[in-house]
Amino acid sequence: MTIALHWHDWLALLGQYMLLSLMSISGAITTVPDMHRYLVDQKGWLTAAQFNSSVAIAQAAPGPNVLFVGLMGWNVGLNAAGGIGAGPHAWLTGLLGLAITMTGILLPSSTLACLATRWAHRHRERRGVRAFKQGMAPVVVGLLVATGWVLAMGNAAPGRPAWPVWLLAAVTGFIVWRTRLHLLWLLGAGALLGALGLV
Amino acid sequence: MPLATTAPAASSPPSPPGDRPRPQSPGDLFLSFTVLALQGFGGVLAIVQREMVEKKRWLTADEFLEDWAVAQVMPGPNVVNLALMIGDRHFGLRGALAALAGILTVPLFVVLALAVLYAHYAADPRVAGALRGMGTVSGGLIAATGVKLVAPLRRHPLGFAAALGVAGAVFALIALFRLPLGWVLLAVGGASCAWTWRRIAP
Repeated sequence: MTIALHWHDWLALLGQYMLLSLMSISGAITTVPDMHRYLVDQKGWLTAAQFNSSVAIAQAAPGPNVLFVGLMGWNVGLNAAGGIGAGPHAWLTGLLGLAITMTGILLPSSTLACLATRWAHRHRERRGVRAFKQGMAPVVVGLLVATGWVLAMGNAAPGRPAWPVWLLAAVTGFIVWRTRLHLLWLLGAGALLGALGLV
Repeated sequence: MPLATTAPAASSPPSPPGDRPRPQSPGDLFLSFTVLALQGFGGVLAIVQREMVEKKRWLTADEFLEDWAVAQVMPGPNVVNLALMIGDRHFGLRGALAALAGILTVPLFVVLALAVLYAHYAADPRVAGALRGMGTVSGGLIAATGVKLVAPLRRHPLGFAAALGVAGAVFALIALFRLPLGWVLLAVGGASCAWTWRRIAP
């Protein structure tokens, strides 16, 4: 698709992502519905397919999940240049879009995180700070197991038996818990089992 | 159990003694976080625990839990927040920026390359299957990270059983009942903090 973007559109994109940054409690993934509303429904800068593949590719790639935000900006930039076939010009606007969305999603939250951490570290002897950190520890443990659960179960495709997904996730979890096997071996095994259609 | 718990008692604040391993320079931070990020398929959380706590020992299991709690309730990607915190603690703003650049720069180019490749191979069912298998494994990795961090809860001010109860309640509310995270953090997290506050009375 081809769209026309002016400098004030780029600025609006930056502003929107800076706003979302402040709302992204527990990660950028929680603001995906609002990004969809803005980019696909309201502005029409991305197709729904481009939006979904941006999220899926970043999930499958190494690195933090927040990179999906950069892919969205990249795709907006490509669309603004008339698609990746337009050559170096398209690559440049793609990188511009990537820089804008990544800066927007990271700058406000990172500034806040640094300031809050420094404050908490300076006042770490305070009873309130200690109660917060220690009180949250078991919550974090529960959240981690829940996140792993939700992620693994999300791969149980409709129309396929779910038990191989359960089994693979459980065996992986056990191996990680009890051994020091390098995690890339496990991911490779998972990719192989999936490619063979066993999961 | 291969868990690196050289932590002090949970009630003492995390103040790194001089003989603890620590990053040598901002360049060390950048490289370490680049290596770490490139291992994290479908999220970096499981890798952070293994690299920072078990291998490099820049953090004890207790500190990891505490830092992750702060990273979790702040806006922004958790792992990015965690990298910023670790970098900032050792080298101030320079360290924070080095860790941030490390966790983002190279993975960003890998993701771009994958996005360009994806257009060609998206239709192949083997590619979709491989992605599904890797997603399942990464779910198992993250869950195991949580299970490993149960050990430090033995020294929790609430007592081991109560701390396990809190963790179990959070798991059930999020994974089984699928309640919004914000409400669970506010209700269970708030109650746990208030209860802890009473227990650590001087």
